[in-house]
Amino acid sequence: MAAKKVKADELAKAEKKADKVEATTEEKVVEEKAVEEAKGETETKAEEEKTATEVAEETTELKVEEKKKDEVIEPQETHIYKRVKSIVFSVISPKIIKDMASAKIVTPELYDKEGYPVDGGLMDIRLGVIDPGLRCKICGSKLKECIGHFGYIELARPVIHIKFVNIIMTVLKSTCRDCGRVLIPKNKISKFEEGLDAAEKEKGIEGRREKIKSIITSLKTINKCPHCKARQKKITLDKPTTFIEDDKRLSPIEIRARLEKVIDDDALLFGLSVQYVRPEWTVLTLLPIPPVTMRPSITLESGERSEDDLTHKLGDIVRINQRLFENINAGAPEIIVEDLWDLLQYHITTYFDNAISQLPPARHRSGQPLKTLTERIKSKEGRIRHNLAGKRTNFCARTVISPDPMIDLNEVGVPDVIAMKLTVPERINTWNMDHLKKFIEKGPKKYPGANYIIRPDGKKKKITDETKEASLEEIQPGYIIERHLMDGDIAIFNRQPSLHRMSMMCHRIKVLPGKTLRLNPSVCHPYNADFDGDEMNLHIPQTEEARAEAEILMEVQTQLISLRYGLSIIGCVQDGISGNYLLTKDMTLTKNEAIDLLASVGMDNFSRLPRKEKIDGKEVFSALIPEDFNFTGKTREDEEVAIKNGQLVEGYMDRANLGEGSGLLLRNIHKKYGKDFTIDLLGKIFRLGIEVLLKVGFTCAVSDTDLPENANLKVKEILNNTKKEVDNLIGMYKDNKLESFPGKTLEESLELRILETLNKARNETGEIVTSFADKKSHTMVMAKSGARGNLLNLAQMAACVGQQAMRGKRIEKGFAGRTISAFKKHDLGPEARGFISEKFKTGLTPTEFFFGAMTGRDSLMDTALRTPKSGYLYRRLSNALQDLRVNHDGSVRDASNKVIQFSYGEDGMDVSKSEKGFLNVKRIIKSVG
Amino acid sequence: MDKLMNEYTDRLPKKILEDIQDYVDKKGGINQAKLKKVLDNTVVEYENARIHPGEAVGVISAESIGEPGTQMTLNTFHFAGVAEMNVTLGLPRIIEILDGRKNLQTPAMEIYLNAPYSKGKDIKEFALSLKETKLSDIALEFSISLVESEIEVKLDKEKMKSLGLTNSHLVNGVSKQIKGFNVKDKKDSILLRSRSKEESLNEVYKAKEKIKDVHIKGVKTISQVLPVKRGDEYIIMTAGSNLSEVLQLEGVDAYRTTTNNIFEIWEVLGIEAARQAIIDEVFKVIQNQGFNIDIRHIMLVADTICVSGNIRGITRYGVVSEKASALARASFETPIKHIINAALVGEVDELNSVVENVMLNQPVPIGTGVPDLVMKSKK
Repeated sequence: MAAKKVKADELAKAEKKADKVEATTEEKVVEEKAVEEAKGETETKAEEEKTATEVAEETTELKVEEKKKDEVIEPQETHIYKRVKSIVFSVISPKIIKDMASAKIVTPELYDKEGYPVDGGLMDIRLGVIDPGLRCKICGSKLKECIGHFGYIELARPVIHIKFVNIIMTVLKSTCRDCGRVLIPKNKISKFEEGLDAAEKEKGIEGRREKIKSIITSLKTINKCPHCKARQKKITLDKPTTFIEDDKRLSPIEIRARLEKVIDDDALLFGLSVQYVRPEWTVLTLLPIPPVTMRPSITLESGERSEDDLTHKLGDIVRINQRLFENINAGAPEIIVEDLWDLLQYHITTYFDNAISQLPPARHRSGQPLKTLTERIKSKEGRIRHNLAGKRTNFCARTVISPDPMIDLNEVGVPDVIAMKLTVPERINTWNMDHLKKFIEKGPKKYPGANYIIRPDGKKKKITDETKEASLEEIQPGYIIERHLMDGDIAIFNRQPSLHRMSMMCHRIKVLPGKTLRLNPSVCHPYNADFDGDEMNLHIPQTEEARAEAEILMEVQTQLISLRYGLSIIGCVQDGISGNYLLTKDMTLTKNEAIDLLASVGMDNFSRLPRKEKIDGKEVFSALIPEDFNFTGKTREDEEVAIKNGQLVEGYMDRANLGEGSGLLLRNIHKKYGKDFTIDLLGKIFRLGIEVLLKVGFTCAVSDTDLPENANLKVKEILNNTKKEVDNLIGMYKDNKLESFPGKTLEESLELRILETLNKARNETGEIVTSFADKKSHTMVMAKSGARGNLLNLAQMAACVGQQAMRGKRIEKGFAGRTISAFKKHDLGPEARGFISEKFKTGLTPTEFFFGAMTGRDSLMDTALRTPKSGYLYRRLSNALQDLRVNHDGSVRDASNKVIQFSYGEDGMDVSKSEKGFLNVKRIIKSVG
Repeated sequence: MDKLMNEYTDRLPKKILEDIQDYVDKKGGINQAKLKKVLDNTVVEYENARIHPGEAVGVISAESIGEPGTQMTLNTFHFAGVAEMNVTLGLPRIIEILDGRKNLQTPAMEIYLNAPYSKGKDIKEFALSLKETKLSDIALEFSISLVESEIEVKLDKEKMKSLGLTNSHLVNGVSKQIKGFNVKDKKDSILLRSRSKEESLNEVYKAKEKIKDVHIKGVKTISQVLPVKRGDEYIIMTAGSNLSEVLQLEGVDAYRTTTNNIFEIWEVLGIEAARQAIIDEVFKVIQNQGFNIDIRHIMLVADTICVSGNIRGITRYGVVSEKASALARASFETPIKHIINAALVGEVDELNSVVENVMLNQPVPIGTGVPDLVMKSKK
């Protein structure tokens, strides 16, 4: 597996080679077939399928062009229209190991006395460069260009590859120990092939091997070869790597000899295609040494060199291997050779996988286990998930976010410090030259300036106060300058966890003073952001293609309608809702006030306001709505809302119509007037709400929870009655007079009844609060409009907190027979089982507080346990479904073109273009009349 | 009018046409010209609302289910009122369904009945007859005589009477299900004696545990029954599920009776029914939790689970293991295993799906990555 990791690099190298050949060729799609000799020790080999004549033609053409241009600097930028078409996995053969190696490693020493790498050592310079300034002996390129080269060592004795133990076992067991044929009679082989293919389809390659084993057992040929009639012996595997035949150990040499005898056709039965893998290759005779570039050493501050884990492990292998050679040559006793052989096996096994359960892991001197090949690849931090499936980017920023309702929804406020660090590349041409020169003149320290210029040959130059003049002189069309971010530039804004595509949206830059990223509170919902210290990321696309795609597919207004349920996902929040609620419910303003409001929202045409002195709040709101808009809907309290010809004639605005995910008001506006209008309107409505609140003043006060004296008495009375009722129930239970519910025990029935009574009591107190509390209080306004909080919250503050429930039951865990030692044992009364009859305003008693803390802790646990579970579900879902896409014929297919659905969702409709998942037939019919 | 509607069957989905029909009927008819206009407008709107080719619908569905998943409750049990059964809800239930598990935490059935049972006649008796009775339910004591290698089971006569059982029932049942023992009827108890002489004591002890689970009466695995009135008919809700046996019972409405065990539905009614069951069950949980997820997303997931004709869970053993690309499989879980096996077979990865191309820094064949540009080279 050694080289598995460098696969990508190898490919990249292969591509580069090809690039040189056809540097300036235009849209030429070169299909390059990269054959990866994978597995075990993988290596990538790219074959360039290109004829020499073709290349020659292209170069001549190129020269002609160049003469015409007469340029000083030859344009070096290349467009790569090249793709890896496929990758073949296979087991590497000893021959390839030898052929691809650039050095044979013979000594475990790394450096000589001068600190120079030893020839034939593990850090041999032929294996690649890791020191800056040096050139590679093999390919002649510098650090970072040379991707390294493999070496190899010759093993004194063959060694089993730990990852192939299972297949070796199967082949040994199912083939004759004498003639190497599979233990199935000749005439029956073809008969079973079908079954084998089916097994492979069902359970993969392992299923196929299982099936072979079961066929042989069922044929009872296990003891006698049907081909040469040799008697077979029983082979067992002594984990991890020892094979035993009738109490006699099989050495890897014998195993290899047997595997060699397996003929190609038989190997195919095991699923091994000999073109890619011969069975004997699973026993190693040569070991490839990975290039130093994949195991670079670190130079510590003290000047000492610290080697990579792999280098350590390879050092062990080479050392033992050399000792084994010496001992064999010196004719040492068999037992010593065997011991060393086992040791070599151990080191090579742990080199591949250091977490084999039967083996002690190889460790550093400090005692911490070495990270060898398998550990490098697997798990979240491994190569595949960390480096291959996920990548890092430049041109991004991250900082704390804060709200700014005065910027548009599709804008993001960027601090000037960030705006001067992040840049946008702009290519100079004759038309924009003067414009772009101004940026260079300002330099990197004054906004808006520029940080770099890039010459057409790819050289990047920093602009400083000193080089400014020279740069100004130098630039000409074809140069690129990297200028600071400016208002209107495109950026991708993101908050983790990125659970849906609205977690990454495209915003327009607005450079603002301050140190935080600013966003409109209305777009918090799709990001699930708040401002209690959340941080967000900003990415600046660097190419025209990326910007176009971001703008068309990702901008905030394109994401207005949720693709999850087909309703607006962005709506008014918080103050935006309560403000509009107050405005449209009952508010009258003078004409001047109304104009003030609208002006501060960003309107400049007030002609739609009625010509009278007193203006109704509804009319102010209506001024924003387009004149030909009609709508009917419901408020949260099920009252009619009607907009006729752009006038709010009935009802008022609240969360049901303005908020996200509810009501069709926003959806209809979007349908009729399009996304850009909607997002603009939404911004205006939101700002209108805020301005209204600024005007009337809006706050929460403790006095909002005050109740009149008689209401307090009523609450007390309800609580007392409830207590009596519960006591009564308990009494009945104790006297065995209680009737049980069907399918429930007596105790369960009692619990259910008590719970019901207590919940009823809390609800009744809630009703009292609703009817007695000041309707005009701001807490109430928030609850009623749906801006924040609900009536239950208010009731808990003003009247009674209510029953604390865990897992749908009253609190029951605790000491034997009771919840807290403050109560008598077996007390079933309300207060002993977590009923809080106090209100938050007056405060809880110690026992009540404890119960409150219990449920609080429980809900914390729930969240903590749920997050990883749902995260895993999500990962599995997205991994399983990620290749599904709609084809041009409307069907949904996966990557191998298998049809999943003939028509997406049975009607081929896009949820984000539907109205709550449907086509609104009613509206269409109405519009026709 | 129908004729006009029929002209549009190729152009509009059935559901939409039905909607139009319904609405028009409610309005009390509409004239031909107007209807045509309605239909034409609908076609325009429908075409505009069509999903675009290349859209990554899989990812969209995964997001739509995964995102609310973070907000679902974990509380396994939930009392949805007094007269309901305990069922797994919330996130654990979704995971259970999508995993394609065979053994559920809380299997349950809803048994619909034919008249006269559905009207409430003998409903209690009928329900009780479904409930499984095991030997241990009606036994007072199991005792072993060491000398004789015998097992004596003392019986609860009262309970037996209420269930309408006689000793011969038991003797029959036990002797059928436990091999190697002679069963004798002794009025208040039954006696089991080993047939082979040298039966070791150990075997007898094992047999004792085994006979506790001997099935005597009712439907296997149904442990609780609860008759409930739903609408104007009675149904029976059960804990435990055994679809194939219940459907064969007299008096059961086989058309509507269902279970929450998708595997059973698949075995008894086939893959199409299983697909529908997955959709229904997932949708039920989501609605119960108060989320808003379009049914198309759930359909797509259900279809992915069911395309192969078997139920394949969304796990490394199920759907993911069927991917064509070794790299795609490796990027999910157990990468080493997949790469090793790919190497042994000489697998060719055609790089058709998303992750492999991400790994190689190439455009992914989805969305804007779908179209290729073909150009004639200038001669």
